[in-house]
Amino acid sequence: MDLRFTDEELAFRDEVREFFRTALPDSIRRKMIEGHHPSKDDLVTWSRILNAKGWAVPHWPVEWGGTGWSPVKQYIFRDELQQAPAPEPLAFGVSMVGPVIYTFGNEDQKRRFLPRIANLDDWWCQGFSEPGAGSDLASLKTTAKREGDHYIVNGQKTWTTLAQHADWIFCLVRTDSAVKKQEGISFLLIDMKTPGITVRPIQTIDGGHEVNEVFLDDVRVPVENLVGQENKGWDYAKFLLGNERVGIARIGISKARLKRVRELASLERIGDVPLIDIPRFREKLAAVEVELKALEMTQLRVVAAESRREKGKPDPASSILKIKGSEIQQATTELLMEVVGPFAMPYQPEEEGRNEPTDGPDWASTAAPTYFNWRKISIYGGSNEIQKNIIAKAILGF
Amino acid sequence: MDFDLSEEQRLLKDSVDRLMADRYDFESRQRYAKEPEGWSRALWSAYAELGLLALPFDEAHGGFGGGPVETMTIMEAFGRSLALEPYLATVILGGGLLHHGGSEEQKSTYLPQVASGDLRLAFAHTERQSRYDLFDVGTTAQPDGGSFILNGKKNVVLHGDSADKILVTARVAGSRRDRDGIGLFLVDANAPGVSRRGYPTQDGQRAAEVTLESVRVDAGNVIGNPEGALPVVEKVADIAIAALAAEAIGAMDEMLKLTVDYLKTRKQFNATIGSFQVLQHRSSEMFIAVEQGRSMAMFAAMMAQEQNPEERRKAISAAKVQIGRSGRFVGQQAVQLHGGVGMTMEYKVGHLFKRVTMIDTLFGDADHHLSKLAETGGLIAA
Repeated sequence: MDLRFTDEELAFRDEVREFFRTALPDSIRRKMIEGHHPSKDDLVTWSRILNAKGWAVPHWPVEWGGTGWSPVKQYIFRDELQQAPAPEPLAFGVSMVGPVIYTFGNEDQKRRFLPRIANLDDWWCQGFSEPGAGSDLASLKTTAKREGDHYIVNGQKTWTTLAQHADWIFCLVRTDSAVKKQEGISFLLIDMKTPGITVRPIQTIDGGHEVNEVFLDDVRVPVENLVGQENKGWDYAKFLLGNERVGIARIGISKARLKRVRELASLERIGDVPLIDIPRFREKLAAVEVELKALEMTQLRVVAAESRREKGKPDPASSILKIKGSEIQQATTELLMEVVGPFAMPYQPEEEGRNEPTDGPDWASTAAPTYFNWRKISIYGGSNEIQKNIIAKAILGF
Repeated sequence: MDFDLSEEQRLLKDSVDRLMADRYDFESRQRYAKEPEGWSRALWSAYAELGLLALPFDEAHGGFGGGPVETMTIMEAFGRSLALEPYLATVILGGGLLHHGGSEEQKSTYLPQVASGDLRLAFAHTERQSRYDLFDVGTTAQPDGGSFILNGKKNVVLHGDSADKILVTARVAGSRRDRDGIGLFLVDANAPGVSRRGYPTQDGQRAAEVTLESVRVDAGNVIGNPEGALPVVEKVADIAIAALAAEAIGAMDEMLKLTVDYLKTRKQFNATIGSFQVLQHRSSEMFIAVEQGRSMAMFAAMMAQEQNPEERRKAISAAKVQIGRSGRFVGQQAVQLHGGVGMTMEYKVGHLFKRVTMIDTLFGDADHHLSKLAETGGLIAA
């Protein structure tokens, strides 16, 4: 047992750190540090820089653009990217539908979609949740009826993140309602330009527009857009959700946030004393750092065990990563709220009025929206309560 | 990055686990506690035979050159079984102070005796006023020719009552809270002027109050620089914290196991109570607390050998915070989920709870280490 990185891993870390230092455009880095959302153009620009370097989809099979890095190197890459801080490549493409396509899709689908995902030529969104199917995802009602060489899709998806930019949506649809609910679901790829699709924005409590409702009315989808076998979609969805949890701890992001908290707390003063020297505050900060260090070690344990695990079988311990990772990310937003103090108050919507100066220091304006927005983290990707069910059943054997 | 045990470490783990499984079930443990010294001489000999008492020392001194990972393996097994023997006092603390601070002659005289099980040690450091500050030493050591004369009182000396020799910190120079001027002395437990009052501790182990009245220590029994022992004391305290972290993880893991087993068998309202979601979720939270603690116990084991003392201290403090918090949560919930049974002396879970609670009070509790960590700039630089 040796918990240190090897010399080779350290050299690799330095290499990726240097790349992120020089290749990430300053305007994007600035937005990330200050807690603004990167725009669609920012993400496309950054994804293409990564892809040109060959690093857009490191975890994919080498023949489809992967790097063949060890799980530890994959972890280092992601951690450095998050600490840069750089935007993460669009997860719906590279982490969700991409792996489903190269694992379960046919050759035509792989050739058609994978290169365009890696280069962010296609913007993908996720059509899983429905108004009546949240934590109980398998109860979804959107139907797909086979008519000749098309499926006719009808229903409604919701919480569809960044659907307003999307070219494609991957959907779970019901193709058989006579069987057990998990056994009648299929996985369809749908072009967002198909007639019958309507996207309606949902404004979240921070005032932002990330999520949408997507309505599907008699949408005709060619049968060649079915992934794998009809009625096996639930298996692919479980595979996808397991992959989703592996990266969900977002430790690098929390490190970058805590660094930011420490920086700003040494500038803010209470009388003559920097906030960072107030014992009550700095102990609260240190307590979050301890939790984060523990989670980083837990993450590394999961990563180290990954090479021995059967492919596509996620470690149930990854539920810990989701629960603690979300709690810690949320705790960092609370700390930042404390740093900005009274200047959390002014509300400045991201779209409008960007040229109007905010009341108070300009770095304060994103603290409250981020705090409100990040309450989502313990809800999405299988709520923390669902994760506790998973631990209870898969690990503790209840 | 490698979290696996080596072949040798795995063999060590297997043999310790087997020994504890064969001879340290809870009923035996309660019996050992009633032996004259409060622990089992027979098990002490078994540890010596397995080489556990020799583990961290150099081969030249009868040891096996084991590191913190080997120690972690043993301590986790001891934690699971609630071992009572003075392993921490003798091997980790006493032996550690000699190993890291002693002269070649002192090491080759005493460490082989520790390794063979013939010499038991204790570390007398805590005083009435010192709380968790390792530098706060009021006991005095007056130079007298080549010797020193020790005067003072030490409290909560772990296994001080059954020790043959005691390592005592005393102030040679400076004022009570100075970092410099502290010496470390090897004192015969029965030397003139040493009086010991042994007593049981809350967790079923033993400790002593040790009074030193004009105790003469000759030059050969001064460990290291007589005015500069603090760095060695701090280093060995950190190694001890890493060991205690592993012991606490063994105890926490056992509490989780007992609790989950209990929930799966206990019936109320015509159902096993483990079928209730509120209890499943609480168990999941216990599992998370154990695993987060285990991660930090591993981190502590890795960082206990860090050369830079500031980095080492920060890492060890962080681990002690996590272990303290995880231990409190897991211990309280284990008792809670067992209901009344968890409150009884005759059931194991309460004893495990008491042990992790007492571990928090050794070498600084979670709050102490959190404030030290915060004071020294935390783990992530701005």
